[in-house]
Amino acid sequence: MHSSLWLTALLVVPLLGASGAALGRSKQGLAYAIAVTSASVEMAIGVVIFFLYNSHVAGAQTFDFATRHVLSAPFGLAYDVALDGISLFMVELTAIVVLLALLGGRDKRREPAFVSWLLVLTSLTMGSFIAHDLLEFFIFFELTLVPCYFIIAGWGGKEKNKAALKFFIYTFSASAFLLIGILYLGFSHQHQTGGVLTFAYGVLASTSMTHSTAIWLFVAFAIAFAAKAPIWPLHTWSPLTYAEAPTAGSIELSALLAKLGSYGLLRFAVGLFPLAFADVRPVLLTLAVIGILYGSMLACVAKDLKRFVAYSSLAQMGFITLGVMSGSKIATVGAVLLMFNHGVITIGFFLIIGFIENRRGSYQVADLQGLQGPAPVLAGVFTVVMLASIGLPGLSGFVSEYLILIGTFAVHAWWAVVGAFGVVAAAVYLLWAYQRVFQGRAVGANASIPDASTKERWVLVPIVVLIVALGVFPRPVLDRITPSVQQLIQHVAPSGVTK
Amino acid sequence: MAHISTLILLLPLLGFAVVLLNGKNMNESQIGLVATGVVGLSFVASVIDFVLLLHRSDREVTVQLFNWIDVGTLHVPAALLVDPLSITMCLFVTGVSTLIHLYSIGYMHAEKDYKKFFLYFNLFVFSMLALVLANNLVFTFVGWEGVGVCSYWLVSFYFDRDSASSAGKKAFIYNRVGDVGLLVAMFLLFSRTGTLTYLGVFEKAGTLTPTVATLVVLALLLAATGKSAQIPLFNWLPDAMEGPTPVSALIHAATMVTAGVYLLVRMSPVLALSSSGRMTIAVIGGVTAFVAATIATSQKDIKKVLAFSTVSQIGYMVLAVGVGAYGAAIFLMVGHAFYKALLFLGSGSVIHSLNGEQDLRKMGALAKFLPLTYPTFLVGWLAISGIPPFAGFWAKGDVLTNVFAHNKVLWVLAVVTAILTAYYMSRLFVLTFRGTERFREETHGHEPHESPWVMTTPLVILAVLSVFGGALALPWVHHDSLANFLSSTFGYVAPIASQSTLSQWGLAAVDIAAALIGLAAAFSIWRSRYEDEKLTPKFLEQVWYWDNFYDATIGRPLEDLAVFSDAVIEDEVIDGGVMGLAVGIRRSSQGVRKIQSGFVRHYALAMALGLAVIVVYLVARVG
Repeated sequence: MHSSLWLTALLVVPLLGASGAALGRSKQGLAYAIAVTSASVEMAIGVVIFFLYNSHVAGAQTFDFATRHVLSAPFGLAYDVALDGISLFMVELTAIVVLLALLGGRDKRREPAFVSWLLVLTSLTMGSFIAHDLLEFFIFFELTLVPCYFIIAGWGGKEKNKAALKFFIYTFSASAFLLIGILYLGFSHQHQTGGVLTFAYGVLASTSMTHSTAIWLFVAFAIAFAAKAPIWPLHTWSPLTYAEAPTAGSIELSALLAKLGSYGLLRFAVGLFPLAFADVRPVLLTLAVIGILYGSMLACVAKDLKRFVAYSSLAQMGFITLGVMSGSKIATVGAVLLMFNHGVITIGFFLIIGFIENRRGSYQVADLQGLQGPAPVLAGVFTVVMLASIGLPGLSGFVSEYLILIGTFAVHAWWAVVGAFGVVAAAVYLLWAYQRVFQGRAVGANASIPDASTKERWVLVPIVVLIVALGVFPRPVLDRITPSVQQLIQHVAPSGVTK
Repeated sequence: MAHISTLILLLPLLGFAVVLLNGKNMNESQIGLVATGVVGLSFVASVIDFVLLLHRSDREVTVQLFNWIDVGTLHVPAALLVDPLSITMCLFVTGVSTLIHLYSIGYMHAEKDYKKFFLYFNLFVFSMLALVLANNLVFTFVGWEGVGVCSYWLVSFYFDRDSASSAGKKAFIYNRVGDVGLLVAMFLLFSRTGTLTYLGVFEKAGTLTPTVATLVVLALLLAATGKSAQIPLFNWLPDAMEGPTPVSALIHAATMVTAGVYLLVRMSPVLALSSSGRMTIAVIGGVTAFVAATIATSQKDIKKVLAFSTVSQIGYMVLAVGVGAYGAAIFLMVGHAFYKALLFLGSGSVIHSLNGEQDLRKMGALAKFLPLTYPTFLVGWLAISGIPPFAGFWAKGDVLTNVFAHNKVLWVLAVVTAILTAYYMSRLFVLTFRGTERFREETHGHEPHESPWVMTTPLVILAVLSVFGGALALPWVHHDSLANFLSSTFGYVAPIASQSTLSQWGLAAVDIAAALIGLAAAFSIWRSRYEDEKLTPKFLEQVWYWDNFYDATIGRPLEDLAVFSDAVIEDEVIDGGVMGLAVGIRRSSQGVRKIQSGFVRHYALAMALGLAVIVVYLVARVG
């Protein structure tokens, strides 16, 4: 077992960075430098943790870096962190997202405040992923709304207030269900054991409950996570919000915070209520494939590029949900991998859209044409990201999508077959968008845009590297995810372990 | 052997990497040399590998490269299977690719995106080799998709032309529909046999129930119809002619479009389990061969004629697979690669000489201006028409004989198709090289000029191969005929009552008669005219209105649905419903209280304060 201080460092470094940036606001550019430095340190810690992580800590347990301090016994409040193969890659993603969002989505308006909010958000997201206690998780999860709200409302586009409000109400209302569910679970556990109030994940997992209670609790949890992911039909906040948020905000929301939804669904809803799993599974699998097809369809007719990514993300989250709810080990591993891969892919999309917006002052599809002519490098990177999203073998998206579909097929063939048509749909909306934006003859303002600058290229390099590396050599990632997923599936759907 | 096999695969990738990373410092001829050289070396490696394989008693060599995907029971290695089938594919793929690379040095000369062209070309060859060398279905899928995306790039090579970018997109999407078939086939096989390596699947194929076996075969057929442009997914291929002509020759005639046939042949031990599946394959192939041949008679663009001709010829291959004549299918595939590449490159030379003109009505009498293109094209024309002793006669004859033994109806259809084939090819030949000069407007009065040697050399070599290609499978020429060499890789084929010598001669006579009828008809009609509405009806020219049909039944309804969803379902039904619900709950619990943004802002601030308190508290407790 490795020291939990590594995880604590993940929480503290961005907060220190945020404070430093807030204090260093008098000098031009200092806040940004501090923010980038702390994000780099965070990334470095992430890399160390990746190599340190040991999935064979004790017995069949795959949690490493664990510690638990009870902070307030009467309230059941505790600082309880641990990391397994599932949360490990969410942590890595969090570190990557903030670094690239800062480097590629720099916004010089009131910069100290902007970068501070970003770093606070990073710390809170880290907290959500490493939390090993439900109440602690909820606090982190819920608090992420605050920096998000201020980033959207403070630095967003024309309809920023409407977008921020909608985002807030949507996710805030939905997470009320989660809070009720968590409290109910904690109190009923206390009632059963007659002991202290606790929300520790490992302890609550053994709470006994009736079948119908399990279903109700699962539904309460699922609503909160479905709104966050988003899962159809709780997605309508996302197109507006992604479109209005500044580039860095869109990246945080879609690449990272969406994963809080799918991660929460897997870890807490599926993980804690195996009794309900068989019953709710058909419903969520159906919503997942609807999301895949519906999202693809709306992506085809989206009028601007950010809404386009929002709908394509809805489709991709559908694939993730399919894997998470499949009860197959292979598909669940694929879902966790897709959470990471989709994160990286989405950073790529939003960065390039941001670069285009900087040049053209617009991200409306109708304003753009033929950009491949003047900007072949931007077009080339967009192509790589697009093909990864389509699921081209050799790039990262394929491995995850393939695992999800082949695993799901073994247990629920029809959903996988319908899902496989999502593979066609992805090609339709992505190639169509590419054609409208990058192909054709560039005239007027489109003809004279500069290609990616040296700095922009360096920001895009890690994305391309990750996409290619995880497509060709996914083993280091798969080998870390698999034991933890095996643990979870063993607990939830024992028959799915071999599938 | 393992090293040589790996080299076959990796050399084109090496070329890609060198040009990608160092292309800035290379001039045009260096890029052309590297790109062509690596493919040529890959061909040499294939020859060496072939010789090595010939001298082995065990002709199934698995080469492990690395462990690609490994989760639970799913093991997917990046590994190669070197056996007679894959090495045959390697030989003709790398051989024809080398010639077309060489040709492209001349054809693409002074193009703006010269470097990009060769990057895609090398990557294509790598993908194609991965497809045929893979030892499991997933790794084959890597190549399968790789050739698809290279085809997409190369079809939309002139991306500023709308027709080109649309054609590239169409090609990719049609292929993707087919890919669903391959995916489902893999899912079925994995869930039933627990493995996806070819040899593993074949070993356990006996455990498949008849229903599952048929489903697998039909799913594979769907995959093949996409990649190999068969009904119902054939109509992307003519549009794909938007790409530069070497692309049409390499990808859309000689290699990639035969991948579907390769896949079916590779999976023949599974095909053996489902006679209804094989029957479906045979019907699809036969009908496609016929339909595409009728369309080819009425096209005005020289490349479109050749494109539909390719669809039709692949139809023959699929038909051969359907009747279990795997050897004949591969024989025709190799022969077709020679003469169709020759015809495409020849047409490229023609187009080149006319400053890009592709309309048959604006050609004519080119024989005397193109002293090398003309005779080589003549060879290709005779070969595809089925005139002995050229390759096409033997290969097509092999297919027809097998079909005759299995199904007389399909045989009649195939013979009619043979007549049509000779007819449309002769029409093309006459309109291009004979008759009156109709090109002066395009050449601004100048005389057309013959292409440079880098372009004509491949033509000559391919012409020689088209003449003697038939020798590959003539049992009385040598004992190791192609069919014997390959037979160990095929699934069980029910032995056919061998034809009597008399009926063999009879069938050959029918083939020759069919070719001569078509040829004579075309000459008598098209020698004296170059346009005739009655003989090129709209129905055929418009591809049986196939695109219009898909557009009306699938394309437009889906688009309408999407627009409707965007405007009504998304905004009013879902968003209205969810937000209404949220507001409703609040109203009922808190009376009428409007959710103002000020409220949320204060709430968010309060949460922020709370956050600060918690942080301080946590630090105090933990620290």
